[in-house]
Amino acid sequence: MASARDEILGRIRTALRDVEPDAEPVLSPPGARVPEALGLIDHFAERVADYRATVVHCAPDGLATAVAAALPVGSRVVVPAGLPEAVLAGITHPVRDDGLTASELDLVDAVVTCARVGIAETGTIVLDHEPDQGRRAITLVPDLHVCVVRADQVVPDVPDAFPLLDPVRPLTWISGPSATSDIELDRVEGVHGPRHLYVIVVGSAPSR
Amino acid sequence: MTGTFVGMPAFPTAAREALADTQLRHNLAHATGVIRGKRAAVVGEVENWEDLRLAGAAVKDRALRDLDEQLVRLEESLTARGAVVHWARDAEEANRIVIDVARAHAVDEVVKVKSMVTQEIGLNEALEAAGVAAWETDLAELIVQLGGDLPSHILVPAIHRNRAEIREIFLRRMGEVGRPAPDDLTDEPAVLAGAAREHLREKFLRARMAVSGANFAIADTGTLVVVESEGNGRMCLTLPEVLVSIVGIEKVVPSWAELDPLIRLLPRSSTGERMNPYTSTWTGISPGDGPQEVHVVLLDNGRTRALADDVGRQALRCIRCSACLNVCPVYERTGGHAYGSVYPGPIGAILNPLLKGTGDPQTDSLPYASSLCGACFEACPVRIDIPEVLVHLRSKVVDSHREDRIPKPEAIAFRGAAWAFADERRLGRLEKLSGVAGKVLRRRSPVVGRIPGPGAAWTDARDLPAPPTESFREWWNRTDGGKADG
Repeated sequence: MASARDEILGRIRTALRDVEPDAEPVLSPPGARVPEALGLIDHFAERVADYRATVVHCAPDGLATAVAAALPVGSRVVVPAGLPEAVLAGITHPVRDDGLTASELDLVDAVVTCARVGIAETGTIVLDHEPDQGRRAITLVPDLHVCVVRADQVVPDVPDAFPLLDPVRPLTWISGPSATSDIELDRVEGVHGPRHLYVIVVGSAPSR
Repeated sequence: MTGTFVGMPAFPTAAREALADTQLRHNLAHATGVIRGKRAAVVGEVENWEDLRLAGAAVKDRALRDLDEQLVRLEESLTARGAVVHWARDAEEANRIVIDVARAHAVDEVVKVKSMVTQEIGLNEALEAAGVAAWETDLAELIVQLGGDLPSHILVPAIHRNRAEIREIFLRRMGEVGRPAPDDLTDEPAVLAGAAREHLREKFLRARMAVSGANFAIADTGTLVVVESEGNGRMCLTLPEVLVSIVGIEKVVPSWAELDPLIRLLPRSSTGERMNPYTSTWTGISPGDGPQEVHVVLLDNGRTRALADDVGRQALRCIRCSACLNVCPVYERTGGHAYGSVYPGPIGAILNPLLKGTGDPQTDSLPYASSLCGACFEACPVRIDIPEVLVHLRSKVVDSHREDRIPKPEAIAFRGAAWAFADERRLGRLEKLSGVAGKVLRRRSPVVGRIPGPGAAWTDARDLPAPPTESFREWWNRTDGGKADG
């Protein structure tokens, strides 16, 4: 008997007898333009806030203060191993992730990470889980995610983000806090992922 | 624990029952109305939406036109990144693979990401029969599972339930399978979502194995993509040690860059959001992060049959957004159960016959569950011409009955019409006869009431006009084609 693999591939070849393959990759239509009145960073902030996330701006030298302000007093905060000093400086009780179990993470109040890309049009933050963001579980189990996005990491729309991302790395695209519309299609924030997303945008937009 | 679609009556019978359920119709009208409004708003925002639709359709077509090569590439890239690739011809084979993985790890429960394909193959029932509990973790799937109910919508399987019904299900059933719902549970959606969070968290934290589907599978890189809202998907994809993903062979996308238009089309079409809260992508095994044993099951289960249909194969472009359901005047009134499948609505009316083939009365009734208004095609982000495929499938259903020993009334009527139209004098005599009948009938009313026999199905819901007293040809002759006063 032929293997399932051979049989399925055989059925496909029979089905496609008269069909010519198309070797040229499909080009993506351009993304949205940034509204001139707002500018890239404000557009990003507005769109993230639209999902009922908290968004604040700060200058590079105000980062530690901004991080401290994002965290409730006395909260236990997990941090990835590669979190930059400037961010770490704002955290009173950091718990460095050295392979915490899911149950241990469940006892932590918050997580602070960096990000790889911010997408203005859709209000999305993409994590590629490099050492400044840590493994996927740490940004999932705690209830508050404080995410530091540098202004120079923000791009206008989804097609601008694709070339910056390496699909071989695990990626997490985050657009607002966890939500559901499963009850009468009414959007409700806060199901299994962090119920609170707090985004700190550092610096101003690069001049172009 | 869950119901089954097996043995469902044909669409007209099932629809009649649904139409009589006023609570269901109220729930559906509300929900589809809300989602239509949201979708229209975020689609209207995109200047080049039509270009995006064309690109999305082109990407899926490119993958399908070369599907064998794409799948071989996908398998190579997955294997290179440490995943184990399995192939399954049908549901039974796919279920067997998942059960074998569960047995190899001696687990008696798995957590599940919402997935249409695992519904399609009846994985939960197969696992249960093998002594493995499958916990649905998507809120709507949880509602369906706890309620012993059937899904009725692709995106929101519990769309037919309102908040009061959901509260009642949670109070009654959560305690039987895990952490009970709090006694003071209200029917506020936020409170209900909170109860689901508490109920499922212990299951996420202890689960050793998860089962998912995938929205997309990138051939070049071996990357799988899951698009979701609640974070239950991330829990399942990240916390357990073992992950099995069942992927229909039509989910393949050739390259990473070509995922872009699809990721822009899906959330706006589906939940009416600019972007869904969470999208996870993973490529085989990431050392030190997430499951360290990853299986991918590539499933046929009728997809190659659909691929062989040169009109119908466009249905394999479907990205399961459910926009066609929400805009369909038939779906909005009957709901999903009447379609007798996990794939309801316009896309279900074509996908089921394409995957299963025609011949079964329930499946054969589906291409007729449409007024052919075309709203589904307008809404479809990958431009599946659903009305075209519906008409094509209707012709296949009719063709499959040509050799019937007892012909259908429709076939008899058309044979009669062919006989009448074949001879000019014969037609003239019949027109005279119908003119006389018209004169008699019109004395009473211009509309014929309910007629008996097989014609009743037509006159139950429509007015049949009485025959005209003069035929077109008689009028033409009398007035010289309308030139003389007539």
